[in-house]
Amino acid sequence: MIPDPCVLKAARLVDPGQGVDGECDLRIVDGRIAAVGRDLPLEGATPIALPRDLVVCPGFIDMHVHLREPGQEHKETIASGAASAVAGGFAAVACMPNTTPVNDHAGVTEEIVRKAAAAGLARVYPIGAATVGSEGQRLTEIRELRAAGCVAVSDDGHPIADALVMRRALEYVSMFDMPVINHCEDPSLKGDGVVHEGYRAAALGLRGIPGAAEVVMVERDVTLSELAGGAVHVAHMSARGSLRAVRSGKERDIAVTCEVTPHHFILTDDELEYDTNFKMNPPLRAGEDRTAMLEGLADGSIDAIATDHAPHHADEKALEFDRAPFGVIGLETAVPLALDRLVHRGVVALPRLVELLARNPARILRVEGGTLAPGSVADLTILAPDAATEVAASRFRSKGRNTPFDGWRLRGAVAATVIAGRPVYVNEAVAGAEVLGAAS
Amino acid sequence: MSAPSPAGGTERDAPPLSRLRSKHLLSAADLNAEEIVLLLDTAEAMQEIGTRRIKKVPALRGKTVVNLFLEPSTRTRTSFEIAEKRLSADTLNIAGSASSLVKGETLADMARTLEAMAPDLLVVRHAYSGACDLLARICDARVVNAGDGMHEHPTQALLDAFTIRAHKGSIAGLKVAIVGDLLHSRVLRSNILLLRALGADVWLCGPSTLMLPGSDRFGVHATTAIDEAVADADVVMLLRVQFERMHGGFFPSVREYFEMFGITAERLRRARPDAIVMHPGPMNRGVEIASDVADGPDSVILEQVANGVAIRMAVLYLLAGVEADEVEP
Repeated sequence: MIPDPCVLKAARLVDPGQGVDGECDLRIVDGRIAAVGRDLPLEGATPIALPRDLVVCPGFIDMHVHLREPGQEHKETIASGAASAVAGGFAAVACMPNTTPVNDHAGVTEEIVRKAAAAGLARVYPIGAATVGSEGQRLTEIRELRAAGCVAVSDDGHPIADALVMRRALEYVSMFDMPVINHCEDPSLKGDGVVHEGYRAAALGLRGIPGAAEVVMVERDVTLSELAGGAVHVAHMSARGSLRAVRSGKERDIAVTCEVTPHHFILTDDELEYDTNFKMNPPLRAGEDRTAMLEGLADGSIDAIATDHAPHHADEKALEFDRAPFGVIGLETAVPLALDRLVHRGVVALPRLVELLARNPARILRVEGGTLAPGSVADLTILAPDAATEVAASRFRSKGRNTPFDGWRLRGAVAATVIAGRPVYVNEAVAGAEVLGAAS
Repeated sequence: MSAPSPAGGTERDAPPLSRLRSKHLLSAADLNAEEIVLLLDTAEAMQEIGTRRIKKVPALRGKTVVNLFLEPSTRTRTSFEIAEKRLSADTLNIAGSASSLVKGETLADMARTLEAMAPDLLVVRHAYSGACDLLARICDARVVNAGDGMHEHPTQALLDAFTIRAHKGSIAGLKVAIVGDLLHSRVLRSNILLLRALGADVWLCGPSTLMLPGSDRFGVHATTAIDEAVADADVVMLLRVQFERMHGGFFPSVREYFEMFGITAERLRRARPDAIVMHPGPMNRGVEIASDVADGPDSVILEQVANGVAIRMAVLYLLAGVEADEVEP
């Protein structure tokens, strides 16, 4: 617990929203940022000096997770998912509606909001279904979903395949200033595919999904967004052609944004064996696709990093490759992976990483946070960029163990996660993080 | 019993190997060239057993072999079963429709149940690619892949190599044209690995819709022009059009397929005069192959079936035979 009011003294604070990158103090009062600047006067607040090797950032927001509750609690619950989020450095998550029942009406949304409040960890922003039952036909009552707390609509897991339905969804959401998040994948081109179409798929005798299955729908959605005026957000983009389509849309001032997952900017289909922890949708793509994702992260054309955290029970993943469900978890690995593979390898600098993990997700979902400007919520992700992380799936707070990164040794760790001035996660393995006190 | 020595007739350096390195036979990639030759040589010796009045040796006596055939199969299952019986193994057959999988048991649980009965070998046929790898990860028993989905069928490729070698003496430098449904064929994938390991020049030919993705990385030639593939070929190997694995129209009609890719006597004239024609079966006559070619003088299709028993005896013996036991404590 840290005292309130307090002045948090950081050797490095990174907040691209205010153009800050350097030594800086934060005055936190009533769970909000009261003042930002060098050598702030205490005025009765308790000073807390952070170790010099820790970096304070606005709280990270993972705009694409699956918390599985209601209905699939053997995979994950809102409480276990929220615990996993804060342990991974995420102060907030946006959860997809493919629960049982589908989050396609306000009753389900309210239950999610209530359980998230009871868990008292990460902020949980529900994403409502765009169509009833996510069946891709009839629009949900989006105004009511919005009023109950939904920040976006999506049929994630299922593409909105019918172009007219997508057009109507984009037109309709424009009244509520919220995006349609689409899982872009042409169902007929996907067919029964389970991995990226290419040499590895052929060698393993697995059916392929070409990158074009994604690209054609991203191109369509950019065009439909221009027609309809509503904002479209491309979920878990994986193919280089999709990035080309997004860039072209942005050049024409179309309201299109996109996200990429750590597994798509780190792994390729060359890594494929029959390990179902490498089975996800979209699949791991070719080296050229991965390179394009890194370029998009560096040049600003990709807006966000999201995990597509998709927990499954070990028994479900122990099936034959074709029969095992798609999806891998990511909440507790994303930040160390991004520090190791993006920051330390010179792909992006820390301020850009904060844009990808905090500022832009807040902007796309129109939620608070994403910056530490005065008046903002005091949600903080505190990084130890040089501390070592060894990924150990067996110790995850998520119920899921389905990660392709188990055993990886990474440079970069999460030191602590603070929500509204309250430390909800403190990493005991990071020296000096204990100045924040125990997590509460 | 001593290791079978290579049968006479061919001049080859005796391989210093006497067993396989890999515990399992999941893929043709588990075998290097030396091991392939060992298998083919051993199969020659095994073939002799089939000509005896009493077609049985005690090489696998006391060993338990489970034939787990979870996808329908006649020739491969029968071939393995005969091979096992000739080697005096105790065999047990489990078929898909009779297995507990139809009651909802997972493959992993079924494998653990079988494992509790301590079999020495599992011979596995399964509709999904990678199922044999899954079993090999769970089980202590050695696993022999008898065909998994669209992945591999290594004993078929071995018997094909055995048949080619019997006719051509050697495989290095031969032009082998493999024609048909490339995309869905496990026989193809094993054959590419095996034939390439032995130095053959492999040509793939089929409709563009059934081509192997990334075929440039397999170290083969790929063409849609049947005449180019067959020209001067030493071996023309047909692959069955797998209608049961085709979801969606890969070609407009059987008639058009046969016109473009079917092997007729006329097309075969472009191959070398001593070319042999192979097919892993079961054949679709009038689709991949004209009946007169299938039954003609260049066809070795029934020989392939006969050779299958000897090859499978060799595989089982070299994986689990008494000699392999000698190195165990």
